Amino acid sequence: MDIQKINETVSDLGSDVRIGVYICRCGMNIAKIVDCQQVALEAKNLKGVLIAKEITYACSEPGQAEIKNDINDLKLDRIVIASCSPRLHEPTFRQMLQKAGLNPYLLEMANLREQCSWVHLDHPKAATAKAIDLVKMAVARAELLSPLIETTTSLIKRTLVIGGGIAGIQTALDLADNDYEVVLVEKQPSIGGIMAQLDKTFPTMDCSI
Amino acid sequence: MADAGRHPKITLHTMSEVAQVSGYVGNFKARIIKKTRYVVENECTACGDCATVCPVVFPDEFNVGLSSRKAIYIPFPQAVPSSYAININECMGRGCSKCIDACEKKCISFHMSDEELVENIGSIIVATGLMPYDPRAMDEYGYTRFDNVLTSLELERMVNAGGPTQGKLIRPTDRNEPKTIGFIQCVGSRSARQGSEYCSNICCMNTIKSSLILKEHTPDIQIKVFYIDIRAFGKGFEDLYNRSRKLGVQYLKGLPGSIEELPDKSLRVATENFATGTVQYHDLDLLVLALGVKPAPGTQKLQEMLGLQLTPDGFFLEAHPKLLPVDAATRGIFYAGCAEGPKDIKESVTQGSAAAARAIRLMHKGRITSEAITSEIITEKCRSCGKCAQVCPYNAITVDVKAKTPAIVNTAACAGCGTCAAECAFDAIIMNHFTDDQIQQQVNSVLSDQAESKLLVFACNWCSYAGADFAGVSRLQYPANIRIIRTMCSGRVDSKFIWRAFENGAPIVLVSGCHIGDCHYIDANHWTVKRVEKIRKKMTKLGIDPERLQLEWISAAEATRFAQIMNKMELLRQKVTGKEISDTIQIIKNQPKKLT
Repeated sequence: MDIQKINETVSDLGSDVRIGVYICRCGMNIAKIVDCQQVALEAKNLKGVLIAKEITYACSEPGQAEIKNDINDLKLDRIVIASCSPRLHEPTFRQMLQKAGLNPYLLEMANLREQCSWVHLDHPKAATAKAIDLVKMAVARAELLSPLIETTTSLIKRTLVIGGGIAGIQTALDLADNDYEVVLVEKQPSIGGIMAQLDKTFPTMDCSI
Repeated sequence: MADAGRHPKITLHTMSEVAQVSGYVGNFKARIIKKTRYVVENECTACGDCATVCPVVFPDEFNVGLSSRKAIYIPFPQAVPSSYAININECMGRGCSKCIDACEKKCISFHMSDEELVENIGSIIVATGLMPYDPRAMDEYGYTRFDNVLTSLELERMVNAGGPTQGKLIRPTDRNEPKTIGFIQCVGSRSARQGSEYCSNICCMNTIKSSLILKEHTPDIQIKVFYIDIRAFGKGFEDLYNRSRKLGVQYLKGLPGSIEELPDKSLRVATENFATGTVQYHDLDLLVLALGVKPAPGTQKLQEMLGLQLTPDGFFLEAHPKLLPVDAATRGIFYAGCAEGPKDIKESVTQGSAAAARAIRLMHKGRITSEAITSEIITEKCRSCGKCAQVCPYNAITVDVKAKTPAIVNTAACAGCGTCAAECAFDAIIMNHFTDDQIQQQVNSVLSDQAESKLLVFACNWCSYAGADFAGVSRLQYPANIRIIRTMCSGRVDSKFIWRAFENGAPIVLVSGCHIGDCHYIDANHWTVKRVEKIRKKMTKLGIDPERLQLEWISAAEATRFAQIMNKMELLRQKVTGKEISDTIQIIKNQPKKLT
């Protein structure tokens, strides 16, 4: 998605938020411990939430399709996904938002798997209460999320290599052979570094220069 | 070497040093001081007529002082560029001018001066190499006292056909060929007492290589190697070691205790025989010290100039020891070779290629996308105090404190840790995607009901939050009343989040991040420590138990530690009474000035 398109979605945002909350069951990984249905019911009553529902695998193709459809049909402008760790699938869901025409930073995740169902295996009730809290926190944060734009700037295709020993020479040659300009700076009157001083080098026992 | 010298895409500046680097990834500007050679580099044919007539003689650095050169010289025959240079500090100056008269091409001139060059570049490779350990510091091996003690580099030059003795190994005292030779390993390495604690990586193999060369030169030479461990771990290395042993090289475990010089200038080396517990003496014609590797001189200067980090050993610190081994934490800067740590030639070449590939990966599109999660200054609120610029680990913020102009964030250089926003006393910085309001909203939300039963944890994305995830993956169980708020860095955790948490009835607040030294944002967590200490002091002053605010470092790999700390937090929470919590709320509410 190009920047222009992101800008369009930015201007579309109204003052009232329209949040969609998806409680991922992750097969049974989450659902076995956390009462996902109850979490979804609680989420529905939260401020700004238009829709809250359980989903078997949010990350799967059908799961993503369902969320994308909701975004389009219900004009959702913020998405909360309560599933695994954002460290795992945040990039997946950000991409999904982009595909659905939303700014990718309008996503918030609640970690119901690594930081809830898996660490409270013997306490389903407490885990469910925690899951509700985590979703509440995520929704509260989602309400205040702003679209962000990654800016691109031009770049100089030129590299400064400091040091003309074997490592610097190798780097300079690899870059230069790939058509990049290189500025190689060496303190001594000649490049070569320590390696040039060596007689032979292991393991091949050949000359170093 | 020659390839690099003649490559049309490579501009080579020798006798040059980088004096200053400004800018940021993709758009750096480097100021380079190029010392003059007093010889026109591309006209010199390296005929050597100038050096023949030069009357000034100095030790030759390339041969580590074992031979001499003139004040006008070429470091070695194959030098690139192939040009002579005058060391002006040694030259007799205009009164002499013999070299000028001798030069047929007329390319020597005293009227040349140092140049200052400015190069615009998109990326930087730090390949500043190493410095051999200076054995004078470890004089029990007698390097300064006994003439027949050489360094490994001196031996290297001596056995080289182009070296000071044309490849003939001789004893410095009598110029006879030595019949027995000893090597002492780990000189300047693996010692808590002297030199460095780390293994220098190359000296074992270098000695093995030297033993093979010596045996090739003189098959009946007797060689003894005194070592702690022989580390021949690389591809083909063990094979060389075995070859050396088969040729009769003796490897004797244990470093010498003492060295003494005998009347004939031979050396008597005393070692302990571990098998028998007795002292053994070895009389040797020549002794070679296998020098360890130290960071190159100027490493620190460059580190400060580029805003990089060093390991405790003094080498450059990579962004990640396994996954980003050639990247610096600062975007657009990469490491190659021994600048990052001792390594052999193969590894240096590998890393050089890797650094090139990383730089190409950055540059090939011709543009760079900057991080969206960056900080932003609200110029109307900024008082130009300069605090943000001071705390930014990336030097991404500039403030003209004297001119009182608002701070400016260079978003291309900002990595998004949020320390500036947490430290700004005037709320003049927005940390995008982790704004004050967004985080405050999470705190309020979690503490809106049954606050007394919950444990509020701030966890940094890279270490502690990842450690919590790892605890989950490992199915480690801990109390279910933990509520984690993720920030990119613990440096983002603003004092006001903590005060508001206590004001909202939090019994315990834990701030967690990467261990000191492992911070994903260089050293941003140093500010976390300072902030937490400050708040705890204030808590004590106000009559609030400072133990209710905790600070813990939990790495991404420390799942067990994460679970243990959560259990510890729960024990702490159970000690906090309802009265304590309500008293705290009152104390904070009654402050004449809102605590931030």
